[in-house]
This record gives sequence, structure tokens and C-alpha cells, in this order.
Amino acid sequence: MSDEQGKYRPLSYFQLMEISLRELLVEKGILTNEQVDAEVENMRSRTPERGAKVVARAWVDDNYKKRLLENGTKACEELGLDVPALKLVAVENTPQTHNAIVCTLCSCYPRMLLGIPPDWYKSRNYRSRMVREPREVLAEFGLAIPENTQIRVHDSTADMRYIVLPMRPAGTEGWDEERLAGLVNRDCMIGVAVPKGPRD
Amino acid sequence: MNEARFKPGERVRVLKAYPPGHIRTPHYIRGCVGEVERICGAFPNPEELAQMRSGLPAQPLYRVRFLQKNVWPDYAGAPSDVLEIEIYQHWLEPA
Repeated sequence: MSDEQGKYRPLSYFQLMEISLRELLVEKGILTNEQVDAEVENMRSRTPERGAKVVARAWVDDNYKKRLLENGTKACEELGLDVPALKLVAVENTPQTHNAIVCTLCSCYPRMLLGIPPDWYKSRNYRSRMVREPREVLAEFGLAIPENTQIRVHDSTADMRYIVLPMRPAGTEGWDEERLAGLVNRDCMIGVAVPKGPRD
Repeated sequence: MNEARFKPGERVRVLKAYPPGHIRTPHYIRGCVGEVERICGAFPNPEELAQMRSGLPAQPLYRVRFLQKNVWPDYAGAPSDVLEIEIYQHWLEPA
């Protein structure tokens, strides 16, 4: 197998296991290759722009924000974003509270809104330290949280999935949803960054 | 579905137990005391699902809020910092 630079590398244990399992499932008629390809395509098509759309709507519409904080799943469905089989909890950043998401057990992640998780989210380093020393971890991401701001870390260990609703940056008054959504990246919705406005 | 035993705001302790199998209660939180933040609904017990059983009756699932300094005695951040985590009812007792 070749890596991205075209250099030959032997398959890792897990790559070999994945191929073996997939081939067995296809061979036994449980799945088809087309179904596997379609699911991979489906996963790749989900990007953080979906989450940014939700955030931007919440910034311009207070009633929507209220509904989002009450029932994240329903609020996403309102925007035509399907969030199947699990419950979405949106947690709001305020001047008093900064939220951040981690899954210490594995790598639970709101894929339907943010797509495929970054490698660091799945790393042992992030998973073990984010619950233990969040301020140090956030500082490594370049985010200094003032001592009088409460940090609320959400360990996503069971059936809920989380998205951080960041604070709307100053200087964006009158911006439309699309322009606002452009300020919201993946890391802002995990809580390891905050959106930068025109004055930042 | 099992009935919810705890209400938001109630103090609860996570059981300090170490059963084998697929457990969604992280080790670091076992034995800690926190406060119910909300009831998330009821879900099939993942410990049973992992054994290919139905997981029914569904277990109430809570989001429990812990002060970081109650989880990590040497926590170096602000005293108001908290950790919130989902815990199934059968892992909780009144505190």
C-alpha cells in the first residue's frame, strides 16, 4: 500500500482487519461494495458547514437559539439537517462560561454536523488531558480562557452528541446568515477555538 | 423503561464498581459526587447491548455535573470549572 506521497508502506494491523472484515461481509452477502462506497461517500459529504449553518441561524434568531438549546435534534431538523438515531445537545458559550467537547472513552463526535473528526480529537493526548487540564490543552490550541470564566468540559460518553454554540463576534451587526456562517469553523464548534470577527 | 429516580439538581454519587465488560462509565468518574444537570431520556443499556441482548428495559440517562476539584484533587484550573458527563441510572446512588 502507498501513502499520500506514493511511498510504499505495509498495511497496519487495523487496515488489514478492516479490509478482511469488509471482504468477508461482502463475500457472505451481508453488504455490497456499492453500499460500503455509498456510506463512505455519505460520510465524506458531511462537513462542518452544516454545523456553521445551525450556529449562524441561532445568532440571528433568538427564538431559534432557544429551541436549539432546548432540543438540538429538532432544531437541526428545522433546517433540513437530518441527525439520525441520537440526540444533539447544543451548549452555549457566554462571557461567563466556555464549553468544550471530548469523548474520553472513544471518539464520539457530532459527525452529522461536523463530518469526520480530526485526528487530534481521537488522540489519547486530547482525550485524556481535556478532562484533566482543559486550560492547558486550550492554551496549546492558542485559546487563553480568563481565570474568571468557567470552563465546562463535556465528556460525550453515551447517547448524546454535543455542539458548542460560540459567541457571536463583535462587529458583525447586520451580517446575514451566510456571511456569519463563514466565521464558524469546526474547532469553534468543538470548543477549542472561538470565531474571529472583523475586529479580532 | 425504568422510571427516573433522580431529578435535576439532585446530588448523586457514581458507583465505585469495576465490573467486567463494555462499560460507558469512565474509570476516572467512579466514586465522584455531582449534581444532575438534566435527564436525557431512556436508552437501552449499552452493557447489555454489547452482549447482543436487548438492553431493555431502557435505562434513564442523566447528564451529571461535577466540580473539577471534586474529580481531580490537584486540579489546577479555576475553582468554578466543571465537567459534565452522561451516566446511566444504574451507575448512580443518592449522595
